[in-house]
Amino acid sequence: MENLSKEIREAVKKLFEEDKVDLVIGFENGSLPLKATPCFIRNIDDIDRLVWNSRCENNLAVYLTKNKGKIGIVAKGCDSRAIVGLMQENQIDRENLVIIGIPCGGMVDQKKIEKSLQEKEPLEVKENHDSLVIKGNGFEETLKISDILYDNCMSCKHRNPVIHDVLIGEPVEEQDDVDEFAGVKAFEEKSSDERWDHFVKQGEKCIRCYACRNACPFCFCEECSVDSSQPQWFGKSIALSDTQVFHLMRSFHIAGRCVDCGACVRACPMDVDLRFFNKKIEKDVRELFSHEAGIDPEAAPPLNTYNTDDYDDFIKS
Amino acid sequence: MKEMIIKKDALMNLLTGRADDCQVFAPVEVEGSLVIKEIQPGDEITISSMNTKASIKETFFPQRERLFSYDLSKPGEMKEPPFSDRKRIVFGIRPCDAKSLTVFDCVFKGKDYPDPYYIDKRDNTIVIAVGCNEPSTTCFCSDTGAGPFSTDGADLLLVDLDGSYLVRVVTEKGESFVNENTAFTEAGQQQAETRDAIVDKATKAVHAQVNPDKVKKKLDDGFDSNVWDIIHEKCIGCGTCTYLCPTCHCFDIVDETTGTTGERLRIWDSCMYPFFTLHASGGNPRKTGKERMRQRVMHKFKYFVDNNEMVACTGCGRCVKYCPVNLDIREILKQIEVS
Ligand code: SF4
Ligand code: SF4
Ligand code: SF4
Ligand code: SF4
Repeated sequence: MENLSKEIREAVKKLFEEDKVDLVIGFENGSLPLKATPCFIRNIDDIDRLVWNSRCENNLAVYLTKNKGKIGIVAKGCDSRAIVGLMQENQIDRENLVIIGIPCGGMVDQKKIEKSLQEKEPLEVKENHDSLVIKGNGFEETLKISDILYDNCMSCKHRNPVIHDVLIGEPVEEQDDVDEFAGVKAFEEKSSDERWDHFVKQGEKCIRCYACRNACPFCFCEECSVDSSQPQWFGKSIALSDTQVFHLMRSFHIAGRCVDCGACVRACPMDVDLRFFNKKIEKDVRELFSHEAGIDPEAAPPLNTYNTDDYDDFIKS
Repeated sequence: MKEMIIKKDALMNLLTGRADDCQVFAPVEVEGSLVIKEIQPGDEITISSMNTKASIKETFFPQRERLFSYDLSKPGEMKEPPFSDRKRIVFGIRPCDAKSLTVFDCVFKGKDYPDPYYIDKRDNTIVIAVGCNEPSTTCFCSDTGAGPFSTDGADLLLVDLDGSYLVRVVTEKGESFVNENTAFTEAGQQQAETRDAIVDKATKAVHAQVNPDKVKKKLDDGFDSNVWDIIHEKCIGCGTCTYLCPTCHCFDIVDETTGTTGERLRIWDSCMYPFFTLHASGGNPRKTGKERMRQRVMHKFKYFVDNNEMVACTGCGRCVKYCPVNLDIREILKQIEVS
């Protein structure tokens, strides 16, 4: 990890020296032992703040639609997929963007760690190649990274950046034999009552803080339909039906665009199971339109285009 | 301060046994998360060293509150929700959440805008807080005028002595609650000593991190400081910090109608949202994240202090822990302090 951090710093240094960037978006150590946090580097003297580890979990592509100028961005597999998706939607000034790709071993799930530590608080964390050594008051625990990854990382098919201008470190092995839709298939098997029940339970947990939406690189609309008051499409309170409609709307709006980076799931303070909505829609889009989001910059997202032979069985005469 | 003792199981019986004649709110584990909810038969009250995710705010200032309902076919008729005399007990909240009620009192119980909806709930509630033997690293309550055993906002403050609680009687309301129940007995010298040791250890565990007085001085003429240009940069403008915060109290008022009937609702809002200050004209005085973050910090650490002589932050650390980009309010305050 130290080596990769160093390599990132060197790459960024070069970019500043060659005047290719005014701003680099990467990660630095956070304020809590387990956290890394997004950082904005504007000055070559600050590059030593940049780090890389298994806690660099945010999808930094979310910042690309909010910043202008010559930008460098540290991109793991899913950030790079989001960048490709944004390119498809003409949201990226590619000429002024330097993608510093970094092959990713997966990000550790803060909630899984919390669970395995029970109520003990981590005070110090050391990351080795494949494990985290967590120390706290009177305890030391070693957790294997591959056991505590986020669910989406456990089934991630593109850990290596799908696009990059600079590559840090060595490519990692892809998880070709994992079934990324195993969870969705199991869910599809359930009765409609059980599925509805799950949807209700998730809706009841939601406080409509919109962290999921705001963490998502594809939720870049200037005015989200839930915020609109003229006309007002949605009730604004946490009445269950309004919350559910918000989630339906968001899932459908990211259909064929969501790259399963997990940013929304990580951002949610209330542990709402957002992935089950999005992954199901991803599977449908894959089956119906043979489209995988965030892979080919030249491809058009299926809901932005049409073909005369598109699936139309749902149109009943 | 008068101090009593009660066995833990006696207190639990007392609380669960009261559910008929009053509402009891306490932390309960639901799907792996600690939440404060109204206790139903079979619920197990859980006091853990971790604080609840959501604060006590919902119990006094619900995220969705009906102000009145109406029927357009009967012009002029409005129905207010029933204000009741039903007693309520809030048990097991932390001193930082109890302290937040003193912030709410300034806003909703002050002389300028007394709010009947809040006052109804507040006046009918006995607040029984539990001090923190093991504060978390995200706690900074000692810096904000509270502390792991602060009694502010509570009627009774409990100190966990393993099998029993030492009960500090803070208010008259607390006193009559204790007098009504024979399970409370007078605390002795030895228990007071144990209490001292626990309080001392916990107080030392909350390290001083921010100095609101110094921050306030900077903020007094810091509206145009360039510190605001950078502080907000990584913020994604969600409502997590403000919705989880026990002291944030901004709201919106909306109507929800079906046919000719409708309800006027008060719902939470957040200064971190761009639409919070959007004018009907289309203008927006807080256009970017910079102005919005400045407002959040200014409101908590300057305007509220100017108006009420206390900061609108209890140091509970929820925003620290749950901000999706780890934008730590303590770091923000430190940056302001040295700016
Ligand atoms: S989804 Fe893939 S690329 Fe993204 S963090 Fe997880 S393993 Fe890495
Ligand atoms: S982040 Fe979670 S709680 Fe917030 S709106 Fe999204 S699902 Fe709801
Ligand atoms: S929780 Fe964090 S990202 Fe969200 S508005 Fe607050 S400071 Fe910004
Ligand atoms: S500002 Fe943060 S630490 Fe302070 S009371 Fe609110 S949530 Fe707690």
